[in-house]
Amino acid sequence: MRYQLPQLASVIRSKNSGPYELTFDIMFKSEAAYRAVADAGVISKEAFAALYGIAPATVMEIVHFDPAHAIKITIERPVHSGDLRETDVYGAQQHAPLMAFSFDLPAEISPC
Amino acid sequence: MRELKILSPTAILGYGFPMASWEEGIRRKPDVIAVDAGSTDPGPYYLGAGLSFTDRTAVKRDLAIMIPAALALGIPVIIGTAGGSGAAPHLQWNREIIEEIAREMNLKFTLAVIPSDISKKTISTALKAGKISPLHPAPALTEADINDAVHIVAQMGTEPITKALDGGAQVILTGRTYDPAVFAAIAVREGYDRGLAVHLGKILECAAIAATPGGGSDCMFGYIGNDYFRVEPLNPIRKCTTLSVAAHTLYEKTNPYILPGPGGTLDLTKTVFTQETERTVHVKGSRFIPSAGYTIKLEGVKKVGCRTVSFATTADPVMIKQIDEITPAVKARVRDNFTEMDDYFLDFKLYGRPDKLGTMGIFNAEEAQPQAAHSQAAELAIIIDAVAPTQETANTLCSFARSTLLHYGYAGRISTAGNLAFPFSPSDVKMGDVFAFSLYHLMEVDDPCEAFPIEYVKLEG
Repeated sequence: MRYQLPQLASVIRSKNSGPYELTFDIMFKSEAAYRAVADAGVISKEAFAALYGIAPATVMEIVHFDPAHAIKITIERPVHSGDLRETDVYGAQQHAPLMAFSFDLPAEISPC
Repeated sequence: MRELKILSPTAILGYGFPMASWEEGIRRKPDVIAVDAGSTDPGPYYLGAGLSFTDRTAVKRDLAIMIPAALALGIPVIIGTAGGSGAAPHLQWNREIIEEIAREMNLKFTLAVIPSDISKKTISTALKAGKISPLHPAPALTEADINDAVHIVAQMGTEPITKALDGGAQVILTGRTYDPAVFAAIAVREGYDRGLAVHLGKILECAAIAATPGGGSDCMFGYIGNDYFRVEPLNPIRKCTTLSVAAHTLYEKTNPYILPGPGGTLDLTKTVFTQETERTVHVKGSRFIPSAGYTIKLEGVKKVGCRTVSFATTADPVMIKQIDEITPAVKARVRDNFTEMDDYFLDFKLYGRPDKLGTMGIFNAEEAQPQAAHSQAAELAIIIDAVAPTQETANTLCSFARSTLLHYGYAGRISTAGNLAFPFSPSDVKMGDVFAFSLYHLMEVDDPCEAFPIEYVKLEG
């Protein structure tokens, strides 16, 4: 089954984690959706780097956080917060490519 | 062990709170009222300029409710990261607000003020002694960074606050402070588990943001016991759920399981969130792992120039199609016209491009978004951004770039009366000093209090 991320996630957001990092949170609508996406490994450093057009080495960490049914991706900020080439000081509007992210899952997720 | 009770009125001092939530908090007889005022989110300007990103009237409103209520209950008020950035001018700004409240309301109390400014000499000595390390991906520190810095502060932990409580302070105003410390200090002082106290502080520092629906301008109440803590919002329209509280741990952090701070790391790998009542979440298992040496985080900024900007848009499809050729041509025209100016930054910030969404306008999303890359915006926002050593030079560059872009004769131009729509007259805005973060490093100290001297002030109404 092909899914687009907003079908399965209730929160997709980006924000600074300090002035030098940008962090993305994806919180899933259900534990089943979270498990399915986590188990399929569709959100990897390589996939995220390709989605944003950045080097995989600048994707610092991908963490699966079970208590919140969430996957968290942290990257090196392409511009340090507030530096001259800045376009988003808080980093809160960098989530758009994730809204368009689509991927295949082996099975259908029951509606939630 | 009895439960210790902590009232967090609002996510940032000055963001406000509803009186009904506040009164419910006071009715529950808290042991401390604490509030965090700090953030690096608004960028380097506020630390550099010595200004608060919150409004004076709004900060005074919150404190004029908090301080007299706390004095009446005989409990302390602890305010972290005065003025948002916590450097000397921010501390002074907030101190004057407190002194004004004491005079106007005839309040008598002992105020402790704890500055967090670190001298360049101290940092330079620590750098030479190998006691400074960068926080990846921030670059390594150089002597030039230290010399060029405008304000440098360090984040204090709970220890200086605990010391001020021991010294009899009734209101404590701190410089730059690790956000959870103002909430955790009293619990740590009374012997509660440090991991639980710091984790509770992490939730309380954003007040009702960790509830659902979340809100930055509403109260949260925390209880800490022997081997657990509980959190509950005070507004009946909100509740804490295991999901809302756990999810909050993700916010603005790199790894939600491992949260480094002054003196050690908060480890949430064994944390269990349980729904206690419909509105209350019970948490246990959070652990504090002390580090080998005690480190404090330095934050510093340097001045990079002065800025003038101009806001405009274009709706012309012929121009939008060529925008990547037009803006460099305008930059070249500016360079050619003012050959004597070489030390400046001129940029056109473009908003609305489908091929640059979520890329900070820099990296290439074409591979991932081929459709977006080949579609064109119906309208583009263009911000002309000129940064130069003086305001006059920035004004000149912005003005000249604006007039050049307005009348630039690009290929195939049909709309010949002007290329830009300006929302404002005047079109150009002087933004003043521009700063950049230059220090974001850990410094090892022998004593958690050595960098944070306490001044006690007796306010006599």
